[in-house]
Amino acid sequence: MTEQLPALQILITMLAAPVCVLVRHAKVSWAIAFGANVFAFWVAWQLLLQVQDTGAIRYALGGWAAPTGIEYYIDTVNAAIVMLVAGISSVVLLYAYSSVSKAIPKAKHYLFYAAWLLCVTGLMGIVITGDAFNVFVFLEVSSLATYMLISFGDDRRALTASFRYLILGSVGASFILIGIGFLYAATGTLNMIDLAERIPDSQSQRAVLVAFSFITIGVLIKAAVFPLHAWLPNAYTYAPVAVTAFLAGTATKVSLYVLLRFFFSVFGEDYSFGQLFLNGILLPAAIGGFLLMSLVAVFQTDLRRMLAYSSVAQIGYIVAGFSMASQAGLAAGIVHIVNHALIKASLFMAVGCIIYRVGHAHIPSLDNLFKRMPFTCVAFMLSGAGLIGIPLTVGFVSKFTLIGAAMDEGWWLLAALILISSLLAVIYIGRVVEIMLFRQSREGGQASTGMAEAPLSMLIPMYALVIVALYFGIYGSETLGVANEAALQLLGGFK
Amino acid sequence: MSTVFAPPFIFLFAAILCPLLPTRWRALLLLGVPVIALIVILGYATGQHAIVNVVGFELTFMRVDKLSLIFGIIFCIAAFLAGLYAWHVRDHIQQIATLAYAGSAVGGVFAGDLITLFLWWEGTAVASVFLIWARRTPAAYSTGMRYLIIQVLSGVLLLAGLLVHYHDTGSIAFEHLGLVSLGTWLIFLSFGIKCAFPFLHNWLQDAYPAATITGTVVLSAFTTKMAVYALARGYAGTEMLIYIGAIMTLFPIFFAEIENDLRRVLAYSLNNQLGFMVVGVGIGTEMALNGTAAHAFCHILYKSLLFMSVGAVMYRTGTSKASELGGLYKSMPVTMVCCLIGAASISAFPLFSGFVSKSLILDASASNGYYMVWLALLIASAGVLSHSGIKIPYFTFFAHDSGKRPAEAPVHMRIAMILTAALCVLIGVFPGLLYGLLPYDIEYQPYTVDHVLVQMQLLVFALLAFVFLMKTGIHPPEVRATNIDTDVVYRKFIPSVFPIVVSLIVAANSAIRSAALNVIGGGVGLVERVSKPDALLARGWSVASMMFVVIVVMCLVLILNLW
Repeated sequence: MTEQLPALQILITMLAAPVCVLVRHAKVSWAIAFGANVFAFWVAWQLLLQVQDTGAIRYALGGWAAPTGIEYYIDTVNAAIVMLVAGISSVVLLYAYSSVSKAIPKAKHYLFYAAWLLCVTGLMGIVITGDAFNVFVFLEVSSLATYMLISFGDDRRALTASFRYLILGSVGASFILIGIGFLYAATGTLNMIDLAERIPDSQSQRAVLVAFSFITIGVLIKAAVFPLHAWLPNAYTYAPVAVTAFLAGTATKVSLYVLLRFFFSVFGEDYSFGQLFLNGILLPAAIGGFLLMSLVAVFQTDLRRMLAYSSVAQIGYIVAGFSMASQAGLAAGIVHIVNHALIKASLFMAVGCIIYRVGHAHIPSLDNLFKRMPFTCVAFMLSGAGLIGIPLTVGFVSKFTLIGAAMDEGWWLLAALILISSLLAVIYIGRVVEIMLFRQSREGGQASTGMAEAPLSMLIPMYALVIVALYFGIYGSETLGVANEAALQLLGGFK
Repeated sequence: MSTVFAPPFIFLFAAILCPLLPTRWRALLLLGVPVIALIVILGYATGQHAIVNVVGFELTFMRVDKLSLIFGIIFCIAAFLAGLYAWHVRDHIQQIATLAYAGSAVGGVFAGDLITLFLWWEGTAVASVFLIWARRTPAAYSTGMRYLIIQVLSGVLLLAGLLVHYHDTGSIAFEHLGLVSLGTWLIFLSFGIKCAFPFLHNWLQDAYPAATITGTVVLSAFTTKMAVYALARGYAGTEMLIYIGAIMTLFPIFFAEIENDLRRVLAYSLNNQLGFMVVGVGIGTEMALNGTAAHAFCHILYKSLLFMSVGAVMYRTGTSKASELGGLYKSMPVTMVCCLIGAASISAFPLFSGFVSKSLILDASASNGYYMVWLALLIASAGVLSHSGIKIPYFTFFAHDSGKRPAEAPVHMRIAMILTAALCVLIGVFPGLLYGLLPYDIEYQPYTVDHVLVQMQLLVFALLAFVFLMKTGIHPPEVRATNIDTDVVYRKFIPSVFPIVVSLIVAANSAIRSAALNVIGGGVGLVERVSKPDALLARGWSVASMMFVVIVVMCLVLILNLW
């Protein structure tokens, strides 16, 4: 059983999707989706334990050995990310039931959950596979499902948002495909481990260079790295909130993983950063991202949009960590992938609770919301504190390690800029908190009505994430340990 | 187990528990927690306790020695008194914030390493802003936001400093640092913001008068004194601090004199009192550090008392403007007496608490040869008398009768004020009680003929001049605030130039301020123009423009890679 775990990781959710379509029943399809996700989470957990125990796993799918067949390659990096994806997806699904039942007509629920399952499958597949072409296949699976999920939004603008994302996402995926094609031409293999071996000796370095450039751009689009982020704010704003919470915690994070895998494992950090000066691209993008996008977040009036821009900014931090190409920098980036996923998912879940009761997320109209929805507001504040990076939250662990890594490199300016942009987070979170807690309600405000919390089925999953985040904030050494190990493996190349 | 029940955590647990309790219990909690924490603190043996290993760092949450102990004790007392004063408050957000804020301040002074210090440093920033926002006005929102940004900036500088320091030395220990490296400079700057150094001070006068009535009492006790403690721990004997402190004692006088809002007057005077403590830290001898600790102890009490009495007046009349008050002694006699005791203490009248602590610092500066500083402190003392000792009680309770006849302060406020006043007198009469708590053993006698005489001369002369001016009608009380009483003191030195100097300073100050505001406003406007919804950076880009960006970036990548 245990040796088949890598295949099970993908198969369960993939097979559950058509089952959902067949049963055509809202509640049952939700139960199937949730069950499959929880199972996937358990598998991922087992895999992580196994990897930490015995080292990287190489699994030949269907028994076909590597060059011919598709190989799954699992080490600490992707085991942790798969676990994150499955975990966030499970928790958000639990939450989604109430949230979605209000936002989407019941007759379409089974399609929604089927799309969700395919999306999770794709995301986990991207992470777990050791085959470059397979990355593209799973990328398309998850992307198509994502476009569908976004278009479920009840605002008509969801359709244009989804369409724009479709165009941009397809461009990104095609770039990746072109890149992989060039790599195949240059080396004659699609297996990542073989690629890593053959790239340095390849006769056609020009082709490798072009491949590298295409893959870079493709992945940066999918990861919504500034300035290629423009599809993200609309998509996050108009999608059903449960979808946004799920995507914010997983989709961009998976793309960042692809970035790690290609730059560090396949091309190798000597090639990416030594010969090709990847810093010159990543670092300005990261700095522009976390400074400008935090500024933009300050001025937004829609809570979802504000958080969406904040997401782009936070991705900037992660990329800044990667661009150092040092163990400390990578570890900081990886730990922030996990931490930010927890924070952002729970923040969007809080927004979902607000929308569930209030019907919108227009910040100035959330005055005195605390009286009406105290638990939601507290969850929002706790996660918001994490976004700012207040001590004892996960955000602090990230900020601390990231700045420490920047100083190890001697990049004082970067450290200073990170600190400045964390002040911007104080503004955009503080503004919302003040309105929720203290702003006197005007006509049409929230105070007149009594307490009306979101249903428990939404509050419990939200608090589950908040508590997990608090736990990792206080005991940061656990996530940091995994991140350090992952960084070491990435820098060490394939074993 | 004992780690969990370290005093700062007791406060935090209470803060978490607070919203779950019924109203009456919450007020009791605010009284009980500081008492329990005080008992726990006194139960600690000297040394390092509550050590926790986090992310590979050994964090010491309870470093108990005589320096941290005296600050911890006074913080608990202040929290108790503020809790009593705020007995009527039903707003649980303020109660939670008070507990979390006091707990963070207590945590800050017992922090044994820089990371722990940073933790509580941020804690005070975040918890205290709610006391300002709780006023629930748009002005309080903007003030609170400015306050929060500056406080968090201080935290950010501390974090940056500690990281650089750790990078340099490999140690996070919070011992004597000194101004030796970039890291220690950053930490110094961070402390300086919280301690309201000149030019870094504006947040204090901006924020404290903007908080709720009880909030100001709470605010006045903790943040700045925690910074004084941190300076005393890390930068004792840094000569620059002597001059910074001396300037701090002098410059707020001008502003305090011309200010009409009495709570803002007190905020300036708070700044001035901090100056005395900073001078003590700068001199850095045992006697000077004793003076700093003692002055912080006394200062927290009498400054709370003054804020409480002005707050009580504000609670009854709805204003703290000098020009709208007057003649309240008829209906608020208890508040008046307490205010006078606070005024006497801050002006360092013999037999009141300020006298026994300020003498230590004055003597330390004279005996170490800083005669100019000594003179500056003496002048500042006269200034304190005029703006806090006379102006506050005079314009509130006497002066021209405003016709207001408010009821006496509520019972719990009266009890809180009487207790605080009693402590001020007790320390003044029996200084040995305070001296026993000081960081270093001392043999010091404040009540020598010499001390008492100099101080009385200063005080009586200033008082006489004030009375003379009032009687002869030169002193126009109706003009907003007034600065003639200081005039008297300064006329000995600079006849007639003084008002011009004041107006120059005021003009320069407002010019600099408006220029700075224009620059900031312009910057913010520019940012807003590109960042607000539907502006360039924030609107939904069309597919074409997104693709354009993709192509541009692709070109850049190719160029970079080929080159």
